[in-house]
Amino acid sequence: MSTEPLLRARNLVKEFTVHGGGLLGRSAKFRAVDDVSLDVRSGETLALVGESGSGKSTTARLIARLIDTTSGSVEFAGREVHALTGKALHAYRGEVQVVFQDPYSSLNPKHTVERIVTAPLVYQKRPVPGGARAFTRELMERVGLDPDHSARFPAQFSGGQAQRIGIARALAVSPKLIIADEAVSALDVSVQAQVINLLRRLQDEEGFSYLFIAHDLAVVRQIATRVAVMNEGRIVETGDRDQVFGAPRDPYTRKLLAAVPRIRPEWDAARRRNEAARRKRQEA
Amino acid sequence: MTSTSDERPLLRVRGLTVGFPTAAGTVDVVKSLDFDLARGGALGIVGESGSGKSMTSLAIMGLLPKGAKRTGSIEFDGTELSELREREMQAVRGDRIAMVFQDPLSSLNPYYTVGTQISEAYLSHRTGVTRRQARKVAIEAMERVHIRNAPRRVDHYPHQFSGGMRQRVMIAMTLSMEPDLIIADEPTTALDVTVQAQILDLLAEIRRDTGAGLILITHDLAVVSEVADHLIVMREGDLVEQGAAERIFCDPQEDYTRMLLDAVPRIDDEIGLLRTAAVETGTAEEDR
Repeated sequence: MSTEPLLRARNLVKEFTVHGGGLLGRSAKFRAVDDVSLDVRSGETLALVGESGSGKSTTARLIARLIDTTSGSVEFAGREVHALTGKALHAYRGEVQVVFQDPYSSLNPKHTVERIVTAPLVYQKRPVPGGARAFTRELMERVGLDPDHSARFPAQFSGGQAQRIGIARALAVSPKLIIADEAVSALDVSVQAQVINLLRRLQDEEGFSYLFIAHDLAVVRQIATRVAVMNEGRIVETGDRDQVFGAPRDPYTRKLLAAVPRIRPEWDAARRRNEAARRKRQEA
Repeated sequence: MTSTSDERPLLRVRGLTVGFPTAAGTVDVVKSLDFDLARGGALGIVGESGSGKSMTSLAIMGLLPKGAKRTGSIEFDGTELSELREREMQAVRGDRIAMVFQDPLSSLNPYYTVGTQISEAYLSHRTGVTRRQARKVAIEAMERVHIRNAPRRVDHYPHQFSGGMRQRVMIAMTLSMEPDLIIADEPTTALDVTVQAQILDLLAEIRRDTGAGLILITHDLAVVSEVADHLIVMREGDLVEQGAAERIFCDPQEDYTRMLLDAVPRIDDEIGLLRTAAVETGTAEEDR
């Protein structure tokens, strides 16, 4: 690909100080992110996968500049993110939005949907196009929520609906990159499928990129363009989705894929046959 | 045991209903459930949140939260559990029916070594056993769940174990009692996928070696497909569909079961399988 990536992370390192136990506990450095480099291209979904403690969420937080790096660089549209100040940093906070795992804890329970989804614009000191009410209604429609519920509070929505509010808030400032940190992990499977479909549709419509952080490989398979696999702070393998899932090169990736529980393909095949036969009977 | 008792199911549940009193009257979260668990069988209870699957397991164990009202019959190995007094139920619980929960850390006491906790559980159900013997049982149980260096690890505290190892400790505790029935409520949900695979293998191994029955409660259809031979699908307290696992996965009869199976993202299937008519619309009403 000849075009410059939208986001380019190089040799990212994040160390945390851990205090040893006991009276003479010595503190030590723990490297949560260890020499991570990745690109997110315009309009693609890069999935960052790994188990707990792999460093995938810390990497996301470094990229969103929610925490400082120990070393390394994050370039967004050609500018070093961790050197941004003032207006430029403000602008970056508009171009990159984060959707978190737990919709309830990431939405202010005392604010209405309207106040929540217009907050990024208020923070950006941008005018709300068409006024707050109309703007909110339009956003709610786009994410599949009833626009008449714009004056409700987060607690009045189900988990899947609350996550749609989080997505609407992210969309409000027309970002170039959305970081989805386990954004569908807490949802029931039927709701999860709807939100995955929604995330795909919005990307098709808007053309933004996703950095999709997830531990669930089956979900990643359904949404990723490319996949980076993390283990113990390092990226062990990066590649196109079909390569990583179909011909994984790294032993850890292979181990991870082998461990995923599977519904037997022959059962699925039988189900599809039975389903087709059932439809035929109904049509007849 | 006579041959007739072997043909009887290990667990026979009829008309099980669990209700909670509210200002607007009693709300039933489990509605008149009928099901059997064969001896040595593995029953999967699947459902999304609010389906009543966990309440069903707590009802069997007699561990429902305060205020909950249980009606119906739960016959375990010929004994009607709903007629037992709390003392009698305590003797069944842990000894003959053991439970493994999602979060092992909240089920283990942080102040005691895992060896002490396994031994205490054992001592409380066995008379005439010395502490030395109970400790030996604890070490053996830990070895059976493949915890390395069990004679040394037995003196460690819960926080010194990883999440997966803690779940092994919990399973060791249930194993030491040699139960006839293990109820596992989302036992691998909090675990990484590689650890999950190990724990599922371990549960299968225990079933093979001890012949214990298993009830696995889970939201994860892929997990249940690998473990259960019989399946119950629940939704909002109702039993939607039950039958042999293979039959339900190959030929689901209910729309809700079909929708659930369509919604599961597959790791080795066509991309876009999620785009089914049942889930694609994504309207607010659907994901209430």
